Amino acid sequence: MSTLIAVLLTLATIVMIVGVARKARQYSATPAPLKIPVTPAPKSTGGVVVRMAKEVFLFASLFRASKWTWIFGWIFHVSLALAFVRHLRYVIDPDGMLGFMMPFFNLWLVQTAGKYAVFGMIIGLLGLLARRYLVARVRYISAPSDYLMLILLLAIAISGFVMSFVTHVDITQVKVFMLGILNFDLQPLPEGIALVAHLLLAALLGFILPISKLLHIPGVFFAPTRNQVDNPREKRHIADWAKPLDETRGNYPELQAKAEATEESKA
Amino acid sequence: MADYEVPEVKEYAVVPMPKDGVMNHLSPFVAKPEFQEALNYVGKKEQTSKEEMPKYVLVDGWKEKAIDKMGDLLGRYRSLQVFMDSCVKCGACTDKCHYFLGTQDAKNMPVARQDLLRSVYRRYFTFAGKYFPKLVGAKDLTEEIVDDWYSYFHQCSECRRCAVFCPYGIDTAEVTMAAREIMAHIGKGQKYSNEIISKVFTIGNNLGLPEKALANVLEGLEEDVEDDIEVAVKFPLDQKGADILLVTPSADFFAEPHIDGLIGYAKVFHATNTSWTLSSVASEAANFGLFIGSYENMQRISMRIREAALQLGVKRIVYGECGHAWRVGYSFLNTLAGPFDFLDQNYPIPQHICEFTLDKLEKGELNIDKSRNDEMTLTFHDSCNVARASGMGNKPGGQFVIPRAVIKAVCNNYVDMEQDTIRDATFCCGGGGGLLTDDLMELRVKGILPRATALKNVVEENGVTHMAAICAICKSQFTKVLPYYGFTMDQIVSVHQLVSNAIILEGQVDPED
Repeated sequence: MSTLIAVLLTLATIVMIVGVARKARQYSATPAPLKIPVTPAPKSTGGVVVRMAKEVFLFASLFRASKWTWIFGWIFHVSLALAFVRHLRYVIDPDGMLGFMMPFFNLWLVQTAGKYAVFGMIIGLLGLLARRYLVARVRYISAPSDYLMLILLLAIAISGFVMSFVTHVDITQVKVFMLGILNFDLQPLPEGIALVAHLLLAALLGFILPISKLLHIPGVFFAPTRNQVDNPREKRHIADWAKPLDETRGNYPELQAKAEATEESKA
Repeated sequence: MADYEVPEVKEYAVVPMPKDGVMNHLSPFVAKPEFQEALNYVGKKEQTSKEEMPKYVLVDGWKEKAIDKMGDLLGRYRSLQVFMDSCVKCGACTDKCHYFLGTQDAKNMPVARQDLLRSVYRRYFTFAGKYFPKLVGAKDLTEEIVDDWYSYFHQCSECRRCAVFCPYGIDTAEVTMAAREIMAHIGKGQKYSNEIISKVFTIGNNLGLPEKALANVLEGLEEDVEDDIEVAVKFPLDQKGADILLVTPSADFFAEPHIDGLIGYAKVFHATNTSWTLSSVASEAANFGLFIGSYENMQRISMRIREAALQLGVKRIVYGECGHAWRVGYSFLNTLAGPFDFLDQNYPIPQHICEFTLDKLEKGELNIDKSRNDEMTLTFHDSCNVARASGMGNKPGGQFVIPRAVIKAVCNNYVDMEQDTIRDATFCCGGGGGLLTDDLMELRVKGILPRATALKNVVEENGVTHMAAICAICKSQFTKVLPYYGFTMDQIVSVHQLVSNAIILEGQVDPED
């Protein structure tokens, strides 16, 4: 079992990182031929950074759109971030390159916030699930995968909750196991159904991430409607594929005819 | 008369329960093959007998062609690629579209509209959609789906209101444009937009008004204004060496209240001794290439403006009151037809007439008597393309401040409509994005509901009598459709009509009342 989970976690991590990196590369390689920021938009790069930060950290547009979705969504994402930070201590080798960061992750505040964040995750996810089902408009647009995604995250959160608050797990040994994977020196995983479930589901999440709507994670940074500077009159914006058109765009017959007529009238 | 009901205006905008497919019956006429070909698209006519009306159908091999085109667009437009992937179906946009609010059709919710294309994208371009289609709502491309596309991507005015509220900045307008471009490549172009574009190519403007007729119209206007106020205000056409080329929507040459706006621009130029001209080459500011999502056609139309500026040797380009034209002018003209290094770099290229007029007002170059607009209490409709897809001045949000500043400089009585219906949350007039056509009248009547509701509130609570706009499509839509809700046509005014009313030119003699 330890070996299976170790292999799955390794594969899932690779799939997740490579998959998201490939998508991010695809997005950045695809040109945005026209200036399409939703205005009013910032006139400078600094302004765009502020605009994006408000979207990424505060979900500013969602706040304007729907307070219920915002409150549940924001609580979930912040809690997830806190829980994620808490988990870093399992994969950072105190003697390794990132070892100097261990004191931060071991702080009482970081660990406690991360521990109780599971309540935030569960509340947020239940709220989103209820909204998805109860609001007729949202139910209409939901595919089975939209429910399953919430349920998967909920299952991960609940199995984590069980380990923190119901049946305790030997976390020192969990760390030994995780560092074993990283150092290609496999160590046994401690016993516990919740732990096995937690890790298997996390692996599943890693596999799904780059082929699902979780692509909103890279996607949010690449929306031209938000990340473009509003300066089209000041600076000419042109995509590579459109550059050759500059040579041919004057060749349309109606433009030629007019030009000739003008030449004639001059002569 | 119509076989549909005009929605009832309630005190507040109400979010309706979604009903699936209630607007399924409505789609615009399909363009004939000749107009398709004029725009570099394809078309196919089918007619079994002479008595029967011809049908314009999908071309052979349409399915592969559609998928290929989708792939092509995904590779050329980052917006489309990112927006196809990013949506999490959070529902933030579901109550933001005026067409959903007015029609109740579930497929008029922005995300549901996008999903018509996204479900096909997933099927042919994603791992999950190829192997688990049911799970992720992926669908094979069928003729029924193309019909749904044709119907619902012509029930979107590309107004971008949904994009304001989307946490990922997903802009349904980009999706609609892509879908229309795909359909045009398989024989399903829209008659209204495509015929108009080919008229621009052959005659020079959307109306099909030839050079001579245009000259006559302008001559007639000069006579009318002189009869009215005894000042020889000029409407120059093709005047070489003028400082400013004015490009304005061709509706300004004949439609009400557009024409009163045109008179307003001319009076401002006259009062400030500005040398300006219209052009017979660029006798149209509108650019329907935007609506059909075609970079190439949009560029071809834009090039007329560059040509006119070069031929006439002007120093500046100024745009008249037109919403989507201003989007193309402000956001795209430099890209499509630039660089404009031959113009005077001390002025914005191009400049909006409201920017021009406000500058003159602030410098005190115009003699204004605000009381001449005292019989009116004004409100202002922010046009979607101006509000959410362009700017004015040099600060973000100038597009809200500048037109209001012009109105307030020439009128004493001004009231804004409710906050969530103006500025960047403004509602579309219901006729934008290539939908200002009689074959979509039902949609136009229903889609105006949120704006009609907000207007009714300020009429009843604040005594508003008139609504001003800076968009030819908004003005046409409002004058035609607001009467369904008990308003009158003349309650819609051009912003420069208000300027025209209030301005007093040197030597002006007002007619006896």
